[in-house]
Amino acid sequence: MLRKEKKMSKLQLITKGLIKENPTFVLMLGMCPTLGTTTSAINGLGMGVATMFVLTLSNIVISLVKNVIPGKVRIPAFIVIIASFVTVVQLVMQAYTPGLYATLGVFIPLIVVNCIILGRAEAFASKNGVLASAFDGIGIGLGFTCSLTLLGTVREMLGSGSIFGAKFIDGDGILLFVLAPGAFFALGYLLVLFNKLTAKLK
Amino acid sequence: MEYFVIIIGAIFVNNIVLSQFLGICPFLGVSNKVETSLGMGAAVTFVMAITAVVAYLLQYYVLVPLHIEYMQTIVFILVIAALVQMVEIILKKMSPALYQALGIFLPLITTNCAVLGIAILLVQKEFNMLESVVYSVSTALGFTLALVLFAGIRERLAMEDLPKAMKGVPIALITAGILAMAFMGFSGLV
Repeated sequence: MLRKEKKMSKLQLITKGLIKENPTFVLMLGMCPTLGTTTSAINGLGMGVATMFVLTLSNIVISLVKNVIPGKVRIPAFIVIIASFVTVVQLVMQAYTPGLYATLGVFIPLIVVNCIILGRAEAFASKNGVLASAFDGIGIGLGFTCSLTLLGTVREMLGSGSIFGAKFIDGDGILLFVLAPGAFFALGYLLVLFNKLTAKLK
Repeated sequence: MEYFVIIIGAIFVNNIVLSQFLGICPFLGVSNKVETSLGMGAAVTFVMAITAVVAYLLQYYVLVPLHIEYMQTIVFILVIAALVQMVEIILKKMSPALYQALGIFLPLITTNCAVLGIAILLVQKEFNMLESVVYSVSTALGFTLALVLFAGIRERLAMEDLPKAMKGVPIALITAGILAMAFMGFSGLV
């Protein structure tokens, strides 16, 4: 199996997405679903898992067919592969989690244009073997899911005073955090915190 | 009157960037100067208007008659990618001046989720052809407005002395949050 990038162990491939190459806090990719779907922890988790599913499967398929696709048409070919898996996710979610599907709305089909997925296809899956690509997809997907769940939890705690739907205060929270501006504020200040913490680690 | 409501709604009340979170990447990426953000806005408006027509025709004359509505995502993204390429080639031949002005922004638009987003939203809202075009052009104008306002603020912010952890994207996001709050003032207008 040919590896052009520096070799990483399977464990490193999975854990790198959490902090070192976190798609949200370090690479700043896929901002639209990050801001748009994290009104509650469960919505963030749902979006993260859906993206992880597409990312892992498209990474596997792309690394399998990478030698067959001519270089010039690889991007459209990748997009078709990704779009097929997004359609699978759409149909599955429509059937089994209709509530979540309705809440996430337009952001489910928009997984196609999530830069993380095409980015990983181009930067990793098109150069590495099947197993490594699968682990890379799981790792980055996990990082994305964790960031989204974290942001969703913060917004839900501040905005509606609950965690995963379980209320811990009477009445409402600061409604602003569930609305659009709250998404920007929450992510902005989480980033400040992340920068502070990682600066300390170095 | 109906069209007026669509226009005001799309530009101010449901601003695509600040309340629907579509097209955040160019919003954060190319909003350092007012001039470049105007260019990006113009390119997006142009592509969105064409996308609206094409998406409408595809949905009601291809996908629905063939009963393959579930292929929407695949068909739309491919058509948009091809469309952007085509617009680029045609502009290069027909109007070099406009191509020069929009040039660098056009390839960026394929990955702009606002364009695919608008195509899907148009179908969801069951607009007719004219409504689709009006809606997508006003949405694009809303995008331009948000982008230009934001660029204006960021031009000033660039000179401020900020804590290290705040620099770059974090302060941009917080600024966008304040801008989004200002735009919330429009809610209930239509």
